[in-house]
Amino acid sequence: MSANPAAAVAITPPLWLVAELTYTCPLHCPFCSNPLDFAAQNNELSTADWIRVLKEARALGAVQLGFSGGEPLTRKDLEVLVAEAHGLGYYTNLITSGAGLTETRIRLLKEAGLDHIQLSFQDSTREVNDFLSSTRTFDLKRRVAELIKGHGFPMVMNCVIHRLNIDHVDRIIDLAVEIGAEYLELANTQYYGWALLNRDHLIPSREQLERAEAVVAVRRAVLGNRLRLLFVVPDYFEGRPKRCMNGWGTTILCVSPDGTALPCHAARMLPGLAFPSVRSSSVRDIWFDSPAFNQFRGEAWMPEPCRSCPERAKDLGGCRCQAYLLTGDMGATDPACDKSPQHDVVLAAIAAGERVAERPMLFRSPDNSRHIMENPGQPTVGAEIRIA
Amino acid sequence: MLLFPEGMVKLNASAGQILLRCDGVKSSAEIIADLENAFATTGLGADVEAFLKVATDKGWVEWVDR
Repeated sequence: MSANPAAAVAITPPLWLVAELTYTCPLHCPFCSNPLDFAAQNNELSTADWIRVLKEARALGAVQLGFSGGEPLTRKDLEVLVAEAHGLGYYTNLITSGAGLTETRIRLLKEAGLDHIQLSFQDSTREVNDFLSSTRTFDLKRRVAELIKGHGFPMVMNCVIHRLNIDHVDRIIDLAVEIGAEYLELANTQYYGWALLNRDHLIPSREQLERAEAVVAVRRAVLGNRLRLLFVVPDYFEGRPKRCMNGWGTTILCVSPDGTALPCHAARMLPGLAFPSVRSSSVRDIWFDSPAFNQFRGEAWMPEPCRSCPERAKDLGGCRCQAYLLTGDMGATDPACDKSPQHDVVLAAIAAGERVAERPMLFRSPDNSRHIMENPGQPTVGAEIRIA
Repeated sequence: MLLFPEGMVKLNASAGQILLRCDGVKSSAEIIADLENAFATTGLGADVEAFLKVATDKGWVEWVDR
């Protein structure tokens, strides 16, 4: 076997740049995909650094660009970065909670050439939205939706789905219709970071999921092209893993607030992989030559049952982060797959959701982040969920 | 390459040629005639109509009344 497992793999350029501008966010959602130790990372890239990253990624062929976070509107230079990206020819997406999107800023973003805005809601009700985000933001989000439509942006409404709101799916769809969204992402929670920590509170029952799927099917048939419903696959329940990020190092390049380049925003916690920084490496070197980006390209790394599986080209063995978090081995078959010898950890997680959770829900806040970092002796995420 | 909110699709050459002509002005019949003229061929109608149906369902094109 070759020393470089990806040696024989043709590397295609990154097409999609996810620019995580900041981990600062006024909301505290307990399913946040940011790392648990986000509070330790406050060394954000400068405007000039970001502009260089935008140029280098565009030169490689990236065309789709998501400004994400945290709340990207907390960066005062967002308009500058959007204008730069627009000038370079990117399709620019702002992924926002709505907090901070004033009339003035949306006008400036329009002038800068922003193409699209994704607005999150946590629920169709003020009570659950405001509880989950630990903020009074429901009414603000409604007003922001009006601003978005008033300025002629295409709008995706995003709602992370879990046990506490999955029974509201019908009403969540109504809300998307009311605010004039073109797309609604019903994003079944993916269990990394804070969502994994709070999984016992968030995972729905199979019955809830089946009811929601039936509602979505009925509404989709009626709504047709008026509102496109995207139902993000709940992989714990599917028996097959998802093709994470369209395949490791195939399409998407994430750059985190401190400049660490990742094949997936959750990948930073994978052990033993030295993810390069855009501060010290070019995007080209990072994408094509760094050992971390080559680690799981192609199929040479795959264990059984993936290696001989007829579906391996379809799901590429699933998600490396999920494999690590649930089995302790990032090179294992994603246990969401029912062919995985460790699939029982996923079944146990579904079963655990049926019981009363032992710990209170932990909201994503700088205080909780620091608490988790400062108390390594307490049950960690890894210890709690490595049931096997 | 066609870009839209949080998605993209790499079009093959013929799909690209069809979408290039979707300008909000030409009718589908005019687009078909234009393509047949440009590529010196005939009988593209069914294929173009089938692609436009897929593209409509996926939200890549919208129809406007004239």
